[in-house]
Amino acid sequence: MSLAGAISLQFLADGLIAGATIGLGAIGVTLTYSILRFANFAHGEFISIGCYLTLTIAGACGAWLPASRATLGDFSLSCGVIAAALLAVPLTGLLALGLDAVLFRPLRARGTPITAVIASFGASLALRALLELAFSSRPRYFTQELQIAIPLGFGVRATPDQMALLGVTAVLVVALHVILTRTGTGRAMRAVSENPTLARVVGIDVAQVIRLTWLFGAGLAASAGILLGLVVQIRPTMGAELLLPLFAAAILGGIGSVPGALAGGLIVGIAEAATVQFAGAEWRAAVAFLVLIAVLLLRPKGLFGRAD
Amino acid sequence: MLQVDALVAGYEPGAPIVCGASLSAARGELVALIGPNGAGKSTLLKSIAGLVPIESGRVWLAGVDITGLAAHARVHAKLAYVPQLDNVFATLSVADNLELGARSLQGAVRKARIDAVHALFPDLARQRRLAAGRLSGGQRQMLAIARALIAEPTLLLLDEPSAGLSPRIVAEVFEQLRAIRATGVAILLVEQNVRAALTVADRLYVLVAGRNRLDGTPHALREDRALAALYLGGDTPAGRAAP
Repeated sequence: MSLAGAISLQFLADGLIAGATIGLGAIGVTLTYSILRFANFAHGEFISIGCYLTLTIAGACGAWLPASRATLGDFSLSCGVIAAALLAVPLTGLLALGLDAVLFRPLRARGTPITAVIASFGASLALRALLELAFSSRPRYFTQELQIAIPLGFGVRATPDQMALLGVTAVLVVALHVILTRTGTGRAMRAVSENPTLARVVGIDVAQVIRLTWLFGAGLAASAGILLGLVVQIRPTMGAELLLPLFAAAILGGIGSVPGALAGGLIVGIAEAATVQFAGAEWRAAVAFLVLIAVLLLRPKGLFGRAD
Repeated sequence: MLQVDALVAGYEPGAPIVCGASLSAARGELVALIGPNGAGKSTLLKSIAGLVPIESGRVWLAGVDITGLAAHARVHAKLAYVPQLDNVFATLSVADNLELGARSLQGAVRKARIDAVHALFPDLARQRRLAAGRLSGGQRQMLAIARALIAEPTLLLLDEPSAGLSPRIVAEVFEQLRAIRATGVAILLVEQNVRAALTVADRLYVLVAGRNRLDGTPHALREDRALAALYLGGDTPAGRAAP
């Protein structure tokens, strides 16, 4: 394998790892957009909050039970972080439900979606400010142990945490896909997404579907945040910085499509990694913008979106 | 079975479209609601289904007051409603559409009801994997009715099931409605095609400006001078005016 070939494959691997996190977050964006019919700009904060909740709970676990800090095998993850993550995901979902109850539900009742979009900007700023107030802007880490990247062949290397990130993402996406396509709950969510009035007529409790959407969307965002926290610094702005790639991925995949959001995430992730590789890191932030503009101009319904 | 008393309903508070309508439908009876455009027929049906807010009046189904129930809860009270437009989930398969109709049923009962509906509508059984949006207009109407019937409603509300269909398909739809009526289901049908409604209905109500203007059997209404003048272009002896 030539050096050039090895470099190319490594950027693909890096792009897949970044894209998996973007894809997970984008699934939440696409669910919220297709069922609640507004673009939630506070979605990035669910990513950060999931990560900080995990950090806080794992810290408390470690103080109460020092053995929970022990890492698992080659991973930087400890039992405490895993237990904290299992608590942080539903807690973030509950936080999203609370935000809906006090902010978005009253605005939905007035029937002006643009107001909800603007309100989500405000919610985003407020939640980020609260995180900075509670945790400061100083970067945090689940662990500061050095991880050695393992050679996977063809010149590609990945850390155990990065491989865990890919594995967990795959499991979550497959599980959600099965729920949406094979269960009554998923069928009801797809029905509400297509036609909420008809959904009421066939006996679906639309309010319950909306609650489930918040739980799933925010839970996936929290999962993305926790996985992201394994490979990058944990900062209050980590979710907000991911917001544009999330929307680019959701729109690229086609609003309402879970596989589309993941595919969109992977494409954006690989495009970003390729840009860093071939044009320089300073161009990375422009990639999501370019993808977004290109999709809106050339294929507004996205790769897997509905024609309407 | 269905009893509607002095119903006042509309989309905006203080601007009712239905202005004191009253009607009834008995078990196994097919009742048609006719009237000029803008009379409030579809709004009346939607208010009975729980989709339009009711300002005053009562809706009773099988002796139970369902006036305050949410639309989805009325389905569990055995009320089924088939809208005129967008009455199937186009991106979902025929099978998924039917499964949605069977949400309230469990296990063997659920399967038995889906099988029963397949027997009533064999076309749907053959096309169950197809996206509902790819069905013809008549097949969509059949799917919408089939989905409504799965949970064995006692009352079926239909908003212009003949709209946009060819005469042959309309005849098929009405034939299915007669078969459904024979099972004891009460049917309340909004129909713009008055001649078709006179053919299929046991009784009819004429709604004008949100109020009942006339009601009676097809025979009585055919003889009604006012209805004839309004819809049939005739000039025959008077029928019975609504109280």
